[in-house]
Amino acid sequence: MTALTIANLRKTYANGNEALKGIDLNVEAGEFYALLGPNGAGKTTAIGIMSSLVNKTSGNVSVFGNSIDTDLEAAKACIGLVPQEVNLNLWETVGNIVVTQAGYYGLPRRRASEQAEKYLKRLRLWDRRKDIARSLSGGMKRRLMIARALVHEPRLLILDEPTAGVDIEIRRSMWQFLREINEAGTTIILTTHYLEEAESLCRRVAIIDEGRIIEDAAMTDVLRKLSQETFVLSLGTPLASPPSLPGFDSSLRNELELEVALGREHSLNDLFDALDERRISVVSMRNKTNRLEELFMRLVENKQSVEGLS
Amino acid sequence: MNLALNAVAIRTLVHKELVRILRIWVQTIVPPAITMTLYFIIFGNLIGRRIGTMDGFDYMQFIAPGLIMMSVITNSYGNVVSSFFGAKFGRHIEEMLVSPMSNSAIIIGHVAGGLIRGLMVGALVTVIALFFTKLSVANPLITLSMVILSSIVFSLMGFINAIFAKKFDDISLIPTFVLTPLTYLGGVFYSISLLPEFWQGVSKANPILYMVNAFRYGILGTSDISIAYAYGIVLFFVVTLFSACLYLLNRGVGIRE
Repeated sequence: MTALTIANLRKTYANGNEALKGIDLNVEAGEFYALLGPNGAGKTTAIGIMSSLVNKTSGNVSVFGNSIDTDLEAAKACIGLVPQEVNLNLWETVGNIVVTQAGYYGLPRRRASEQAEKYLKRLRLWDRRKDIARSLSGGMKRRLMIARALVHEPRLLILDEPTAGVDIEIRRSMWQFLREINEAGTTIILTTHYLEEAESLCRRVAIIDEGRIIEDAAMTDVLRKLSQETFVLSLGTPLASPPSLPGFDSSLRNELELEVALGREHSLNDLFDALDERRISVVSMRNKTNRLEELFMRLVENKQSVEGLS
Repeated sequence: MNLALNAVAIRTLVHKELVRILRIWVQTIVPPAITMTLYFIIFGNLIGRRIGTMDGFDYMQFIAPGLIMMSVITNSYGNVVSSFFGAKFGRHIEEMLVSPMSNSAIIIGHVAGGLIRGLMVGALVTVIALFFTKLSVANPLITLSMVILSSIVFSLMGFINAIFAKKFDDISLIPTFVLTPLTYLGGVFYSISLLPEFWQGVSKANPILYMVNAFRYGILGTSDISIAYAYGIVLFFVVTLFSACLYLLNRGVGIRE
């Protein structure tokens, strides 16, 4: 069954900004789907239209077969939304926020309270239920927004950059929680800047740029397009000149940092074997650029070269 | 429309509004009580003694229904405009917008909040009035129905104000420049029969005049205008304003991009 169908969706804002230029998207039920793209690509606009916070200019959106034009209430009932920006009533208590949201979805008060307890406990906020939202840390507010979005047990959970600004420990625990929710049957659409996050969680990915979908494929297929990655290695002992590493394109950034480009024909083991042979010790390593940025640049370059040919 | 779902959603919204009103009672309940007490002391007691009678009643008795209605009107309006605009400003209005509750339910829930605060303040001001004068209700049905309908009208007006408001200044413009003058000129402090004929005609274009007079009729049994006409005007405003609110929400004016 299809959880979400988007057909030729367009949005032009009153100021003339054409945020979506006719996007098509299909998300199957049970999918963990990533929607990637840079700032201003149209991700939040697309999510806003799916969740009725933004009026579309044209096109069709259906959620589990319910069109937002003809069956809006049914479509909304299927969705739980975790927005990018905190939109909590900061003077309301944590417990009341979640119970009230359940009420808006038609859950009678007793059932709403039970559901709120269930999700506040799962998101480790139960002890804070009587505190006002303003007193929570940034990570707790994010978790509260997830609890609020899940309280009516939606079939489709949409998360707009849920881990932005969240520390790594909380990010990891949120990833684990989202995996469990997805395994229990909830379809999840996630937007993020972090390819690692999408890579870790999602099986399918769409990349959006300037209001157009430029890639929509299985995560493994998309990652295959990353034909080369550049790593920066921090060295244990200083080097006076760049080492000779046959098959690898390398250069010294400074005497304690070595930059190495790694093609798909080589593995990291090959690189470390070559470094071992030359008795070069490595303390740590990191990607030179964000992998999403690298992938995104390649896709945009491909798109431009195709457009140039046609 | 899913009636059961919307009934629960309205109950939830009303409960939330009630909790909000009681949580900030120092802002919602106390100020109108103090203001109206001052009105009773200054206009009713000090100045009223020199005025004598109005339409055959003590001046204090004459102004009491008007002051009760004035507090109901301003508090109903103020509750809805601040609650709905506050939700817009803090963006937690999105909690309602993403949910399947209908736009009608959003309006009804907020109007019920305005009605609750209006009636709470109205009841408190009535109790305060009883410290200054004797009040007996000539027609309870007219009294109650008119106070409820008037509260609904101004709750709906507050809702429209909140829809169009973009900043906090915008929610005080209408109360300052429209609501307060209309209330003062709506026969709260005087009978329009005291006015020259031309100004009597002008006064009849003021909807608050009909509400104040019908309410006064319910309590004292006297009015400057036809009660049936007053009901017609108030019901017309209820229907027109509710339709306008619904149209604006359906179009997403002020709430959706």
